[in-house]
Amino acid sequence: MGNNCFKEKYDVIVIGAGHAGCEAGLVCARLGMKTAMFCTDIESVAMMPCNPSIGGTGKGHLVREVDALGGEMGINIDKTFIQSKMLNTSKGPAVHSLRAQADKEKYHQEMLATIRGQQDLDLIEDEITELLVDNFDKNTNDDKVKTCKIKGVRTSTGKEHACDAAVICTGTFLSGKIFIGDHIEVSGPSGLRPATKLGDNLKELGIPIRRFKTGTPARMRRDTLDYDAMTEQLGDEKIVPFSFMNEDKTYDIDQISCWLSYTNETTHKIILDNIEKSAMYSGNIVGVGPRYCPSIEDKVSRFRDRKRHQLFVEPEGLDTELMYIQGMSSSLPEDVQHAFYATIPGLEHAEILSPAYAIEYDCADPLSLRPSLESKVVEGLFCAGQFNGSSGYEEAAAQGLIAGINAVSKLKGRDPLILRRDQAYIGVLIDDLVTKGTNEPYRIMTSRAEYRLLLRQDNADRRLTEIGRSYGTVSDERYERYLKKKEAVDSEVKRLRKMKTDIDTFREFLLRHEAVLPADKDLTEEELKTLERKKKDIEETANQTFADILKRPAISYEDLAEIDDDTRPALSENEKTEVEVMLKYDGYIQKQINEVEKLRSLEDKKLSEKLDYDSILGLRLEARQKLSEIRPLTVGQASRISGVSPADINVLLVYLEKEMRSK
Amino acid sequence: MADTIAAISTAPGEGGIGIVRVSGPQSEAVMRRLMSVCPEEIEPRHAYFGRVVRDSSDPDAEVIDEAVFIYMQAPASYTGEDMLEIQGHGSNVSLKAVLSAVLSSGVENIRMAEPGEFTKLAFLNGKMDLSQAEAVIDIIKAKTDLSLGIAEGQRAGRLGDTIRDIRATLLDVLAEMAVDIDYPDEDYGDDPEMYRNIINDLRWVLSDIEDLLDTAPIGRIARDGVRAVIVGKPNAGKSSLMNAILGEGRVIVTDVPGTTRDTVEESASLSGVPIVLIDTAGLRESDDKVEKIGIERTERAIAGADMLILVLDGSRDLDEEDENVLKFIENMSTDHMLVVINKEDLGKSVTEEAVRAKLPGARIISTSLIGKGAVEAASKISEEIGEMFDLGNINVHESNIITNERHVHLLRKAAADIDEAISMLQNGEPVEVAELSAHYAYESLGMIIGEEAGEEILDTVFSKFCLGK
Repeated sequence: MGNNCFKEKYDVIVIGAGHAGCEAGLVCARLGMKTAMFCTDIESVAMMPCNPSIGGTGKGHLVREVDALGGEMGINIDKTFIQSKMLNTSKGPAVHSLRAQADKEKYHQEMLATIRGQQDLDLIEDEITELLVDNFDKNTNDDKVKTCKIKGVRTSTGKEHACDAAVICTGTFLSGKIFIGDHIEVSGPSGLRPATKLGDNLKELGIPIRRFKTGTPARMRRDTLDYDAMTEQLGDEKIVPFSFMNEDKTYDIDQISCWLSYTNETTHKIILDNIEKSAMYSGNIVGVGPRYCPSIEDKVSRFRDRKRHQLFVEPEGLDTELMYIQGMSSSLPEDVQHAFYATIPGLEHAEILSPAYAIEYDCADPLSLRPSLESKVVEGLFCAGQFNGSSGYEEAAAQGLIAGINAVSKLKGRDPLILRRDQAYIGVLIDDLVTKGTNEPYRIMTSRAEYRLLLRQDNADRRLTEIGRSYGTVSDERYERYLKKKEAVDSEVKRLRKMKTDIDTFREFLLRHEAVLPADKDLTEEELKTLERKKKDIEETANQTFADILKRPAISYEDLAEIDDDTRPALSENEKTEVEVMLKYDGYIQKQINEVEKLRSLEDKKLSEKLDYDSILGLRLEARQKLSEIRPLTVGQASRISGVSPADINVLLVYLEKEMRSK
Repeated sequence: MADTIAAISTAPGEGGIGIVRVSGPQSEAVMRRLMSVCPEEIEPRHAYFGRVVRDSSDPDAEVIDEAVFIYMQAPASYTGEDMLEIQGHGSNVSLKAVLSAVLSSGVENIRMAEPGEFTKLAFLNGKMDLSQAEAVIDIIKAKTDLSLGIAEGQRAGRLGDTIRDIRATLLDVLAEMAVDIDYPDEDYGDDPEMYRNIINDLRWVLSDIEDLLDTAPIGRIARDGVRAVIVGKPNAGKSSLMNAILGEGRVIVTDVPGTTRDTVEESASLSGVPIVLIDTAGLRESDDKVEKIGIERTERAIAGADMLILVLDGSRDLDEEDENVLKFIENMSTDHMLVVINKEDLGKSVTEEAVRAKLPGARIISTSLIGKGAVEAASKISEEIGEMFDLGNINVHESNIITNERHVHLLRKAAADIDEAISMLQNGEPVEVAELSAHYAYESLGMIIGEEAGEEILDTVFSKFCLGK
């Protein structure tokens, strides 16, 4: 077939319009590429088929990073949230995580409007059934020749569209199958049409395809629940937006509440009595599910000593009857679902509008991807989201944005954007996927980030705005704002490192904040002694700079105003937070920077993608196989591959040294 | 293709049998090439008796040796690769000839093994953990029963087991912290007991690590020997003492004072305890430049020693030179000091009481270091040293003793990190910062046994905690 068959020619075609597809499509078009987004159903654009919220631990960081790089998710949730909460505030700032409840329908509508309003971006409702490629030889066994190149796509009606690059983000639509008890149905999420043919085509092209599964709980009718029987969960009084562009906005909205309830032993008995009816236990599901998001039958059968499991009831929006039952996904038959949900306080008379189900789908082994998210099998095909074995809206958006940026980079002939693990959670996410692979749907977690003190949500703009700017994804307005904030924060940090007050004022200040008598309570002798000792200590403390005072746990940046002079600038809330965090955790942050520096030399040592590992003496067999499969771009990446030992890394370093000398 | 390596594996010198070891993918090919009549099917782990030739396809090939061939198939071998053992006669000449035949057998990528390479392969192929591999090296080098016993225990994996136990406890703590950080909505997070439990668990981990560290001084002695510096005036009998212990006339003994101008080190085994004897120059006020340097060396040797042996000539009254020596050591601790009053046979001018008055707490023996007395003196001295370092109470077959400097360093680092994590939690500093310190400790402990931190923390999180989204 020749190019003349193509009706239209795009620079980039995006397959799928979920959270990954939206970011990919928007960024490509914004970078001036003629772009088309395909979806099987317009309803699926930025659809949230599972929980009605954006953010959470680790995920909130991802949204901030997507935003700093010029992505859309943060801006869209700021337009459509109905409750906002900062999690982990009892802990340090590195793990403060923002989470917002979304109005699902509005989230979808707002994103749809943004896409429709975007120049150079076509949204097309049609199923892609085939990737059109050059240089594909089905019969060759030689891996090195197997690579083919994308040149277009074919739709279900046989129409062909040409492109130079494609981004694939099919979510749970690819060969999707739904399970409710013994009822099995070929379907995408929320009853939408799945993509049934593309999976086989990808397999034929040589992309390693496997099957994952996930699940979602029942939705219930709002006015059939008994709210007095549940505990109310309010949003925060002070609302913090996701997007850097909204930092100075004040939000005056009526936040909705969520509700907390618990299962009990009756619930568990019903589930255990019917466990063999669950699709998960009947053997019908072959896909691998996520351990961090187990179904209720999984929880009950694996943790039999637990008397109760918590669940949250969350509204799916302002103008909907749907209430989402978080923590209670299931693939038991509908009648069993009715029975066990009804045992839960608050849900006794609930009307189930749609039952819980498990969904199984095709996805690619992410080890077949480069760190740029380009497929090693099909040149010009970039991959993102659940297709890469991840789960979650935020993980999808982050990959979609990077895949889109890198599709454009490829067409423009520039280096791909590859974020390091010490630069962004996005770097951790993608490096984990393409270097270590995953055997279950992958979710980001703060504990996966070894440099988490550096990767805070308060400094996402500082970490990533410049990078985004250099790739053209950061607008002038955002960039100017960023420079202004950075300057304000940096000069204030500099000032505080020098600023001192006189010794008497300093000691009085400390006494006031660190050695205070609690007004409402009599102290024991022991406590009085401690207090006296503290006072004595303070009397002998030498004067400190404001930066050092701020390291004291009891002192905040706000407190310092009491002893500051008129050189103290008027900062915004976010600027204040950043100043405080930078100085308070200075020591720990420095320690982490040293760690990064130590390993940086490994990250800077490049490995050729064409390196013949079989020719390097001294590598163990397992290491050779793994290195040949994953083809890391740096020695640092190689060191993170499971099966590559420190000894192998030394062998690689010696090899590189020899190579360099012989040149 | 990976290399095939070969080496003579038995100690040099004449022995009843000697072994040439081959490891790597070409092991079988080597056997087919070298065994004059090789069976069609080689059964692994089966002993074949045959003649060693350079090229079995040549009917006129000269016979190098008669040997037992044993082929082992990966992974069931010491190194985890295919292996061949050729057990021939123990003469150096024939072993070298066999090795040369192996190396020139013409198979692909064959070469001489580097020192310790078989053991290194065993480690790399997961046949032993790092502490076991290091122990093998120690066993090869072990000079005494004591160090051999410790090394053998380590090779058997005892240290690895202990470290793994400590890591398992720490892993649970790390998982709890991870849940606390990543799942703020879950029931687990609200538990005020949680941090208290975490601190307690970390304290257990710390005390386990410290217990191991406490054995390090003994471990070093077992491995490197008790370093004993011998001092005394010229001709008091220092060199005689050394000879008595060593049992041979390695240090020249003359009656001209100042003969031993340099420090001389000798290793010996005293009833199973390794000892390094450091003989010193006499401590005479001297204008002789060479002797002055000797005195400085003595001072340095004492600073780096485990114990001090003072030798006195008991047949004469203490003179100015003796007083000089006593002055030199009088401010040192007497806990690790042994005084040998020599020349008992020639008269008793110096009594033990008189010495005790000057050096309270020192161990004192009277003896004669020349002739028949030497053997008896050596056994008395060994007894005193054994008691001094409490070596009799070490059960090398049951307890873990740290003998390796790398282990000591990593254990110290782990202890410091755990300590930091505990104080952070006590001071109310953020848990995610304390978790990093605990995590570093986990990695340090892993490095001792060559295991790196991977997914096991998350694995523990998901197996121990019931978490929903």
